[in-house]
Amino acid sequence: MLQNSGIRRLKALIVKESFQIIRDPSTILISVVLPFFLLFLYGYGVSLDLNHLRIGLVLEDTSPEATSFAYSLYNSRYFDVKTYRHEHSLIYDLERNAIRGFVVVPSYFTQFRHRPDLIAPIQVIGDGSEPNTANFVQNYVRGAFDNWLQQEAVSKDLKGLPLVSAASRYWYNEELESRNFLLPGSLGIIMTLIGTLLTALVVSREWERGTMEALISTSIQRSELIIGKLVPYFILGMISMALCFLVTVFGFQVPFRGSILLLTLVSAVFLFCALGLGFMISTLARSQIVSYQISVVTGFLPAYILSGFLFEIYSMPWPIQLLTYIMPARYFVQCLQTLFLAGNVWSLIFLNMIPMLLVGLIFFLIAVRKTVKWLD
Amino acid sequence: MQAIRDPRTRFSLLAPPLIQMLIFTFAATLDVKNVPIGILNRDNGQAGFELVQRFRGAPTFSRIYYLQSVEEITPFIDHQKGVMVVSLDQQFSRNLEAHKPAIVQLILDGRKSNTAQILGGYATSIIKKFNDDFSAQHDIKQQNVNLVTYNWFNPNLLYYWYNIPSLVVTLSMLTCLVVTTNSVARERELGTFDQLLVSPLSPVEIVTGKIIPGVIIGFFEGLLLMAVGVFIFQVPFVGSFFLFSFSILIFICSMAGMGLFISSLSATQQQAMLGTFVVMVPSVLLSGFATPIENMPIWLQPASYLVPLTYMLQISKGIFLKNIPASVVLNNVWPLFLITVVNLVGASLFFRRRLQ
Repeated sequence: MLQNSGIRRLKALIVKESFQIIRDPSTILISVVLPFFLLFLYGYGVSLDLNHLRIGLVLEDTSPEATSFAYSLYNSRYFDVKTYRHEHSLIYDLERNAIRGFVVVPSYFTQFRHRPDLIAPIQVIGDGSEPNTANFVQNYVRGAFDNWLQQEAVSKDLKGLPLVSAASRYWYNEELESRNFLLPGSLGIIMTLIGTLLTALVVSREWERGTMEALISTSIQRSELIIGKLVPYFILGMISMALCFLVTVFGFQVPFRGSILLLTLVSAVFLFCALGLGFMISTLARSQIVSYQISVVTGFLPAYILSGFLFEIYSMPWPIQLLTYIMPARYFVQCLQTLFLAGNVWSLIFLNMIPMLLVGLIFFLIAVRKTVKWLD
Repeated sequence: MQAIRDPRTRFSLLAPPLIQMLIFTFAATLDVKNVPIGILNRDNGQAGFELVQRFRGAPTFSRIYYLQSVEEITPFIDHQKGVMVVSLDQQFSRNLEAHKPAIVQLILDGRKSNTAQILGGYATSIIKKFNDDFSAQHDIKQQNVNLVTYNWFNPNLLYYWYNIPSLVVTLSMLTCLVVTTNSVARERELGTFDQLLVSPLSPVEIVTGKIIPGVIIGFFEGLLLMAVGVFIFQVPFVGSFFLFSFSILIFICSMAGMGLFISSLSATQQQAMLGTFVVMVPSVLLSGFATPIENMPIWLQPASYLVPLTYMLQISKGIFLKNIPASVVLNNVWPLFLITVVNLVGASLFFRRRLQ
């Protein structure tokens, strides 16, 4: 008898919540408009791929050899090369960020080349004010240089091919498109924001309006209250995730090599976590504005920086690395990047789900205890 | 004035940016350090051993796992125990003895393609150096052409030299926005704003007066963060302090103007905050703060011209690290002037409308 009425109350609550959601424009804003907006930004605005790297070239030596090297740079699809005759225009362009680096073939290049006891240098200078780009300038020029050397050796039948060389193979993202790992990662960030905002804003709004107390004063049980409130938002969150997934795969052409079922499972676990965080925030902060601020600071920002989706966790100082272990977004991002690009690496995924479940549980427990306190 | 008088507000304005600067500087780095890699050496010879030693000695590769067999490579990469595996086959030393080419396999995790490419670059240069040394030792003719690489403005590619100039301006921008939108929205809700509007002050005077606290706070915060960056983090500052202060002042004015404009459109404090968020997030992403503008698709790049932060970032990094001349600075400042004027005019128009 008691159980029956419990389920009835639960159903009633869920129905009421669902209606409230449909009527409330801000929930649609958060779960549909906001993620699309963010996806658009992350998909197009954030990229680590350098195409058409603008570099300068100073050819002090105009011999055929130097020119053939210059041509290998011109013809490379990685570079937009601008040749300079005078130092000041080069430096001016470097200062105003028109070029990100330059290559110098010195005047004595060919001379040195023909003397076996000397080494003919080619200089590559990168713009250190953009360290990531500078790294790529050097890598790409080195690549073009190695190719040119090989071609020279073949065409002139020299025996100077390097004895030891490296052969690189990239697994899981052979196209080396940064979008392929940035977008799945940003799905994690977006879901963090949405999950947290949904519950934080919505529940604290009820507290503000006083309708929460009205609810509590009914015969509803504490656990039913929490489950009833969260189920509709959970469904909304999953729909949001599904929409984002479709945009990512079909709109941005990011490959997906895992199983959708596993993705759904992992997303459900993470959403559980994010909703828990939002709920906990809403029980701690009574006003919407405060909830919103806390959500952004403790949900979104840490996820953005510490989840590993853009910034490499290993490169962070170890106290911060420790901090990332308690962030559910870190595990979710790893799962997402793996599921999209590598496929089903079962043990990795399940290993990552455990901390998410744990953290989610902790959030809920705190939220429940806080709600109880307020009841008295 | 109200904002400055309240000590609690003062604290909340100074503390978060300083803390954020600390965390962001160290956490938000695209630097590649301490990333674990695996090495599989199936070679039993001297050459293989020596090459592995060179990897061990390299400071970048501080965490190396030694794999025992080829079967271990796949799980190692799959489970992301490391980002790269360096693999030498059994023939390595023998090939080298016979002066035949020997290839070192590098297997990299594309799920972290940025890190992987950079690590791959380091590995390749170690291998190349080994090749050069080996050939020199054994009197083998190599092409006597060499690539000499170095970096200007930041020779060691220290990531925080890039981060801190960016953070100085970004964090002061955020503070300025928050102060401005809060002050207007709060006054509106309290009702004192309408009193201001019906007073004999013209909308222009009101608007100018309203941005002053935001500008003062933002400007001084910018200078404070700059001092922290230079003296505590030891980031070099090779440009003109005058140009920097001037630019940051104009920049803060433009941000305050934007904040005011957003407030003029919002009815409640909540809306103002939401509006600020909606403006801030794309601004930071499109400004080149985390990833360079030149990586964005061509059709999206013009959008960054609308963001004041874009210009200020260029100025800030340029003055800190490159000692850019005044002409470059001014080239980036005039758009800020324009944005300030547009925003202030817009704000005063909207305020006047609300009055009616």
